[in-house]
Amino acid sequence: MDFFISQLISGLSMTSILLMVSLGLAIIYGTTGVINMAHGEFVMIGAYTSWILQTKLGMGLIASIIPIFIITAIMGFLIERLIIRHLYNRLLDTILATWGIGVLLQQLIRLTVGSELKYLKIPPFMAESMNLFGQEVSIYRVFIFLFAVAIFFLAWFIIYKTSFGIKLRAVTQNKDIASCFGINSGVVYSSTFAFGTGIAAVAGAFVAPLKSISPDMGTNYIIDAFMVVVLGGVESLIGTAASSLIIGESSSFLASFSNDTLAKALVLIMIIVILRIKPQGLFTKRIRS
Amino acid sequence: MSKKKTSNLSIKRRSFLTSTVKAGVVGATAASFPHIWMKQGNVFAANNEIRVGVLFSLTGGLAIIEESLHKATIMAIEEINAAGGVNGMKLKAIEADPASDPATFAAKARTLVLKEKCVTVFGSYTSASRKAVLPVFEKRNNLYFYPTLYEGRECSKNVIYTGAVPNQQQDEFIPYLVKTYGKRWSLIGSNYIYPKEENNYCKILLKKLGCEVLMEEYVPLGHSEFSSVVNKFKNDKPDVIFSTVVGDSVVALHKQYRAAGLNPDKMPMASLTTSENEVAAMGGDAAAGHLTSAPYFMVHQSAENEKFVSAYKKRWGSDKVTHFVSEPAYFGVYIFKQALERLGASGDITPPNIMEACKGQELIAPQGKIRIDPDNLHTYLWPKIGICKSDGQFDIIRKTDNWLKPLPYAAYPDQTCLEKGINKA
Repeated sequence: MDFFISQLISGLSMTSILLMVSLGLAIIYGTTGVINMAHGEFVMIGAYTSWILQTKLGMGLIASIIPIFIITAIMGFLIERLIIRHLYNRLLDTILATWGIGVLLQQLIRLTVGSELKYLKIPPFMAESMNLFGQEVSIYRVFIFLFAVAIFFLAWFIIYKTSFGIKLRAVTQNKDIASCFGINSGVVYSSTFAFGTGIAAVAGAFVAPLKSISPDMGTNYIIDAFMVVVLGGVESLIGTAASSLIIGESSSFLASFSNDTLAKALVLIMIIVILRIKPQGLFTKRIRS
Repeated sequence: MSKKKTSNLSIKRRSFLTSTVKAGVVGATAASFPHIWMKQGNVFAANNEIRVGVLFSLTGGLAIIEESLHKATIMAIEEINAAGGVNGMKLKAIEADPASDPATFAAKARTLVLKEKCVTVFGSYTSASRKAVLPVFEKRNNLYFYPTLYEGRECSKNVIYTGAVPNQQQDEFIPYLVKTYGKRWSLIGSNYIYPKEENNYCKILLKKLGCEVLMEEYVPLGHSEFSSVVNKFKNDKPDVIFSTVVGDSVVALHKQYRAAGLNPDKMPMASLTTSENEVAAMGGDAAAGHLTSAPYFMVHQSAENEKFVSAYKKRWGSDKVTHFVSEPAYFGVYIFKQALERLGASGDITPPNIMEACKGQELIAPQGKIRIDPDNLHTYLWPKIGICKSDGQFDIIRKTDNWLKPLPYAAYPDQTCLEKGINKA
């Protein structure tokens, strides 16, 4: 029973990490239809921004959340304005362009910061473990879980409860009609891109202290993020959360009965089977076409 | 118009083909002549310089570690040249970046050997890249210096192995751990050949000592989510966790072990691959109390090591660390130099001659006095056991009394690596 609970908690922790990492991708993909191959690099840039703020300016992790979000959101905004903007509705070109951006960002970090692994500290008061349902659980993992839930509801609030969200959903449904009603779709696109980038970067900053920081760390995250988004169905926040939960918990339990290598393969097979049955993902909006 | 253009092109292509074939034939005869009537050494030591290849990744995933090997090798070459070179000749480093990709390793190795006429190449960190370049060196009878500790089970006459093999890292380490911590063991490694071979040898030793293996698991390379693994540790409560996890996974494993509140005093992770490099990336807190077995630690006290560390920091930056792969990369170049000196100024500098001259070479490396084993071209080394402290450096708690002979086939009692090649009983 103890082992069951500890695996359940591990699964929730994996879920929260997956959710944070894939939320930005889901929002960008859902709104603009751009398959952002540079998403993993946005996560990586977040980790490095956090590292720079911590080592050069002595800022703690919590204090640096907002600066990281602002810096990377501006970066995302510029990337959208300068490059992505010119490529909408050209699926292959956006994939290539964002892939290129990813490579550029990786090399930029390699040339400026260096390619060796970097060290990011867990905030001291969260470095220990606490007792939760009779299990010793890392406080930092609990914190990540709560934070991921908070970010998820923030995104939900912005999209469903604000006037910006209404515009965003209108543009998502039909860009041209939305423009006819006076919505500046260009602004909506670039702010969405900026928002998605910012969330990805904050995710990177929060996950990095538990893992490691290197210029190519994004490669691993983007695979996870794409699995989540594809399984959950694009354009669906609930789908992203649900598929994070499915992938997180099944990875955790499969790993406990076998090992992580096999678990990874089994989860992939599971996703393939589900997509065979539901090609649009688990949660799709029914839209009359 | 377009038709004419095409025909024009094809003529060009045909004449181009013929001329290349001719050039190829001429080239081949020219290349085979020296074997017969002139010293091949003249090819390898032209213009008063000896060309050596340096083949470490400066881009891609492995750059994290290979960059430090590149730096150590380059530094040794610079030092040798600054001290007047070898036999009055300078070493010229031909650098190539294989970009962490085994196929590119093979391609660049071929360029270094064939086009750049390097007499020896220093390179590789992973076994995958060594295996990829091996055919290049064996086919052309060239010479490769490999600095990494590795899984053994190889016996090439074209490679000088300056890193440790399993018996050198484990023979002292495992009995010490069993005596100090206990007999219930869990094995965790990355999923590829190195951890599996190390574990094969480890299990042989554990069986002799009457130990119990609770778990043997492998995670994918680059894996960074260890919560399930950590749960198993909590559940099994092993006395020792033997870790052959490599790369950035090591960092994630240690951090998550620490965050989960496990205690290294009762359940230490014993590793063959956690060096100062990885410790710097995981932080002293996460590394403290865990053990590593290696022939070299940065804190090892000797005049040679002091010189090595200070020169390295002076050359590459005061925040840089030396570790148990960069040290063999460094002294490997000096072995090469001594081999050239043994051949002498008038000697015939060819890869096979250098290989012969390497046999039995001894020198005082930063880790202690080492020797190239004439039987198998591996290196006699000085295994040490270090326990990590919270400042990110190791405390050396045990040293061997004597250097240890390399036995690349230690886990396979019916096989040995001899001068003639691998010997199967």
